Amino acid sequence: MHDNEHTEQHHEESFISKYIFSLDHKMIGKQFLIYGLLMFFLGGGLALLFRWQLAYPEKPLPVIGASQQYMEEGEVVTGADRMWERIYESEKEEWLEVNMPNGVVEPAFYNMLFTMHATVMVFFVVVPLLVGAFGNFLIPLMIGTRDMAFPILNMLSFWFAVLAAIIMMTGFFVPGGHAAAGWTGYTPLSSDAQWTGVEWGQILWGLSLFVQGLSSLVGSINYITTIINMRAPGMTFFRMPLVIWSLFIVAILLLLAFPVLSSAIVLLVFDRLAGTTFFTATPEGGGDPLLWQHLFWFFGHPEVYILILPGMGIASELIAVFSRKPIFGYRSMVYAMIAIAFLGWIVWGHHMFQSGMRPGLGSIFMTTTMLIAVPSAIKTFNWLGTMFRGSIRFTTPMLHGIAFVSMFVIGGLSGIYMANTPVDIYVHDTYYIVAHIHYVVFGGSLFAIFGGIIFWFPKMYGRYMNDALSKIHFWLTFIAFNCTFFPMHILGVGGHMRRISNPQQYEFLQGFEGMNIFITMSAFTLGFAQLILVFNFFWSIYKGKVAEQNPWHVTTLEWEAPTPVPHGNFGQIPTVYRGPYEYSVPGEESDWIPQAQPEHAPATSGD
Amino acid sequence: MLRWLPENISTYGQGVDNLFHAIYYITLIVLILVMATLIVFLIKYRHQEGKRATYIEGSTTLEIVWTAATTVIVFVLAMFSYPQWNKIKSPNSFPEKPDVVVQVSGKQFNWDMTYPGPDNEFETDDDLTLENELHVPINAVVHIRLTSIDVIHSFFVPQLRLKQDALPNRFINVWFEATKAGRYEIPCAELCGFGHSGMLGYLNVHAQADYDAWVQERWPQQAEGGQ
Repeated sequence: MHDNEHTEQHHEESFISKYIFSLDHKMIGKQFLIYGLLMFFLGGGLALLFRWQLAYPEKPLPVIGASQQYMEEGEVVTGADRMWERIYESEKEEWLEVNMPNGVVEPAFYNMLFTMHATVMVFFVVVPLLVGAFGNFLIPLMIGTRDMAFPILNMLSFWFAVLAAIIMMTGFFVPGGHAAAGWTGYTPLSSDAQWTGVEWGQILWGLSLFVQGLSSLVGSINYITTIINMRAPGMTFFRMPLVIWSLFIVAILLLLAFPVLSSAIVLLVFDRLAGTTFFTATPEGGGDPLLWQHLFWFFGHPEVYILILPGMGIASELIAVFSRKPIFGYRSMVYAMIAIAFLGWIVWGHHMFQSGMRPGLGSIFMTTTMLIAVPSAIKTFNWLGTMFRGSIRFTTPMLHGIAFVSMFVIGGLSGIYMANTPVDIYVHDTYYIVAHIHYVVFGGSLFAIFGGIIFWFPKMYGRYMNDALSKIHFWLTFIAFNCTFFPMHILGVGGHMRRISNPQQYEFLQGFEGMNIFITMSAFTLGFAQLILVFNFFWSIYKGKVAEQNPWHVTTLEWEAPTPVPHGNFGQIPTVYRGPYEYSVPGEESDWIPQAQPEHAPATSGD
Repeated sequence: MLRWLPENISTYGQGVDNLFHAIYYITLIVLILVMATLIVFLIKYRHQEGKRATYIEGSTTLEIVWTAATTVIVFVLAMFSYPQWNKIKSPNSFPEKPDVVVQVSGKQFNWDMTYPGPDNEFETDDDLTLENELHVPINAVVHIRLTSIDVIHSFFVPQLRLKQDALPNRFINVWFEATKAGRYEIPCAELCGFGHSGMLGYLNVHAQADYDAWVQERWPQQAEGGQ
C-alpha cells in the first residue's frame, strides 16, 4: 500500500514516552499482552503447587521439598535439606517455614494458593489479555481510526492495572498470609479475620480488585466512546468485525458490572476495618452473609461472559479467515452475543441454588440459565456453518480456533448439569464445576487468546512466530489440557468436593487417588508447554521470520495499515465499502475483497 | 461415566439420578453430533488446490430451526426439573410430620448434631448433642434444622443426593428418608477455613429396632423418646 506517503507528524519519542508511559493504543495493547503473559505464569505456578498436594497429600514438593531421611531423622541428605536446615536455624520466622515446612503445603497455605490462582487468572490474566491486549490493539485498527478516544485514560488503564498487580503481590508477604477465602470471598469467612487468621491479605485483595476496577472502568469508557464515535467512513455497526462487536458488548458489561463488585468490596473492607456488619448475621447487626453472594455474583456472572465473549469474537475471525468464507449468519452471531450479555444479568442466582436462597427463586434462575443454551447453540452452529463448504487452511491460529469451538461445546454442555437445580444439589461445589469453568475459560478463552496472538503477531511485531514451536505448543497444550480437566468431570460425578486439600481423608473418595495423580502429571505437562509459547513469543519479536503486510489475506482494516504500524495507524483513513467477511465472492478472481477496496475497482491480484 | 456416582440411598435420590442420566444422554448425543459434524467438515472441506470455498452468508430457516429446537429442549428439561427440585428443597412440599427432627450446626470444623429429646423441644434439658455422629432410623422421614455458629458450611451427604449450605443465625430445613442401613460420610462442601478439608461427620442409618435400642440407651426413662 502507501507505506511511505504517510507523514510522520510525531518527533522522535523518548524511551519512556514510547515504551513506558505510552499513549499509543498499540503499545498499551502490547503492554497488557506482556503483563497478562507474565501473570499467567504466576497463576499457573500457584496451580501446580496445589495440584501436587492433591496428588500426594502431605508429601514434600519435588526439588524444593525435604528428603525422607531429613524429615524422619534430621539427617541432611540433599541440597533442599540444607536449605530447610538454614531456614529452621534462622531466628526470623521465614515465609517458607510458615507456609510449607519441609516443602509440604500447609492447609491454610493451600487455601491461599487456590484463592490466588483463581484471582490472578480471572482478574490479571484473562481480562487483561482479552480486553486489555486485544481490545487496545484491535479496536482503533479494525474500525479504522488513529487511536483511542482518550489516550491518557488508556495509559491510566494500564498503569492502574500495574498498581493493582503490585498491591495483589504485596499480599503474599504480609503477616497472616494472603486472602484464603476463595476467589469468591464468601462472607463471613472473608469479612472477619478470626475465621481464617488472614489479616491484611484479605484487605489488600479487596483494595487490589478495587484498583483493577478503576482500570476496567476507564478502559471500558474508552472502548465504548471509540467504537461509537470514531469508526471510519462507511464502517457501519453491521460492518464491524465480530471481534469488535464482542469487545464493544464486553466494555458495556464491564462498565456496568465492575462497580457492583467495587461497592461490595468497600462494604467488606468496612466490615473488616470499621466494625460494620453488612455481611455478619448477628441479631443486633442486621447484616446478612448472603448479601455478599448476591452482590458478588451480580458482578460475577456478567464477568464470566466478559471472560468468554471476546474469545468468541476472536474465534469467529480465525474461522472465517481460514475457511475463506463469510461468517455464517453474521447478524444472528451479533444478536446471540447481545442475548448472552443480556441473559448474563439475570442468572446470578444459579451460583446460589444451595445457599439457602428461597427455593422458588431457584426455579426461576434455572429457567433463565438454561436459556443461555439457546444463543450458545446458535453460535456453535454458525461456526460449523462457516466451515461448511469452506476451503479450510490448517494454520496454527486456525487449530486454536477449532480447539476453541470444540472445547467451548464441552464447557457449554457441562454447564447444563449445574443449571439444572436437582442435579446441582449433587454436583454443586464438586470438581464438576471446576471442570466446567476450565473448559470455558481455558479451553475457550485461552485457546482463542493463543490463536489471536499467533494470528495478529505479524501486525504487532512485523514478524511471524515460529510455526514449528507454535504447533508443538498447540498439540501439547490441547492434549495436556484435556488430560488435566476432562477427568475432573468424573471426580465431580464421584462427589469429590472442590477446595479440599486432602481427598484421602474421605472414605468415599478413596478410588480417586490414581486419577488425582494423573491430573497433576497432566497439569505439570500443561504448565511446561506454556514455556514454549513464552519463549517463542519473545524470541520471535527479535528473530522471527519477517512478515509481509497482510500475510493471511484478511479483509479487515487492521491489515490495510503498514507493518509495523506507525503512530496514527493509517496514512489516510480508509473508507469502508462492504462487510468484514467478503471471502470467495463469486465472480471475483481473488478469494477475498478488503473492506476498504472501492466498488468496481479494477481487479487486483489479491496481494 | 455415571458408574462413578455413589450408590443412592434416599427416596428422592432416584429422581435426581434420573435427571442426571437424562441430561447425560442429551448432552452426549449433542456432543457426538457436533464433534462428528466438525470432523467431517474439517476433512471434507480442507483446502484443496483449485477448489474454492462456496460463498454462503447464512440461512434464516436454519437459524430459526436450531433456535426453536434448543428452546424446546430447554423448556422440556425445565418442566421435568421443577417438581423434583420442589420435592427436595421446598418446605411446602416436605412430607408432613417428620419421624425424627435433628438440629445440625456447622462449626469450624465439626458438625454438632442436637436431638430435642423426648419432649420434642429444642433448648430444653433433655437435649442431646453429639459431635459428628448423626443417628436416624431407616425408612423414616428425617427433618434437619440446619444452622451454623460461625461461617458458612455445607451439609453434604453424597449417597442421599442432598446438599444444603448452613448459614449463621439462620435455620434452614431440609429432609430425607434413607432406604438403606449403613454409615455414610457427611463432608462439608463449602470452604470454611483451614480445617475445611477433613471436616467430616457421619450419618448412621439404623434398622428400626437398632434405632429404638439407641434411643433407649440415650434416654432410658422414655421408651418412646425421640419420636
